[in-house]
Amino acid sequence: MKDEIKIVIPSRSQNESFARVAVGAFVARLDPTLEELNDIKTAVSEAVTNCIVHAYRDTIGKIYITVSAEGETVKIRIRDYGCGIEDIDKAKQPLFTTGGEERAGLGFAVMESFTDKLRVRSTVGKGTTVTMQKKISVKDDTKK
Amino acid sequence: MAVKITVSGEVITAYLDGEIDHHTAGVMRNEIDAAVEKNMPTMLVLDFRDVSFMDSSGIGLVMGRYKVIKPYGGELHITNTSPHIGKVMKLAGLDRLAKMDR
Ligand SMILES: Nc1ncnc2c1ncn2[C@@H]1O[C@H](COP(=O)(O)OP(=O)(O)O)[C@@H](O)[C@H]1O
Ligand SMILES: [Mg+2]
Repeated sequence: MKDEIKIVIPSRSQNESFARVAVGAFVARLDPTLEELNDIKTAVSEAVTNCIVHAYRDTIGKIYITVSAEGETVKIRIRDYGCGIEDIDKAKQPLFTTGGEERAGLGFAVMESFTDKLRVRSTVGKGTTVTMQKKISVKDDTKK
Repeated sequence: MAVKITVSGEVITAYLDGEIDHHTAGVMRNEIDAAVEKNMPTMLVLDFRDVSFMDSSGIGLVMGRYKVIKPYGGELHITNTSPHIGKVMKLAGLDRLAKMDR
């Protein structure tokens, strides 16, 4: 059976660190390198922040996080029932942001380059689901 | 405190502390901008030695401070970045915006 955990958190900004630390703790059992672990935590931080800042901009809603491991592959799904994204291709472009001055518009760029696979599904008025996948390297010293 | 600021002549150094995400970046931004406004430095140094994590909110923080210091004719320096933080910054091309010594 594959290993899977689910976390539901309210979209408050102080929960950003909890979300990435919780996912990090799950992934740590696969013995990732420090770089792989940081990559995953950063990608999770981006997706969760987007739910807080964009999806539930003026409200507090629930963020649903599912993490699973099958073999060496980690799969992370982050879902909101917020405003949705009108044009996903445009939203994914580096530097594109609807978030104003202090947002870099690089969240999707980080998710894309720090994981192996990124999929975004969204319906305006219904919400957004971001799925990411990353393979954890197998270390030589663990070979039998 | 999330940031400790020292002023020496026309140089302000901001020692950022802890994890930089959207939640913590706001406080850091306000403290740095208040010090810049007060001292109008020719150089702003952002020191990352005590930063253990950073996502793209940190990129927004650096880019935003660049915009704040430019009108004063000031320069932005980034220093003491860990490999993780360097990786996030390179993705954003921040090494082209600011002087990075590590
Ligand atoms: N979960 C989401 N719900 C609604 N809109 C989103 C969501 N995630 C991203 N977006 C949209 O995509 C844009 C780009 O996101 P991102 O690359 O993370 O940059 P940033 O968060 O800095 O704006 C956002 O400005 C927003 O318009
Ligand atoms: Mg974002």
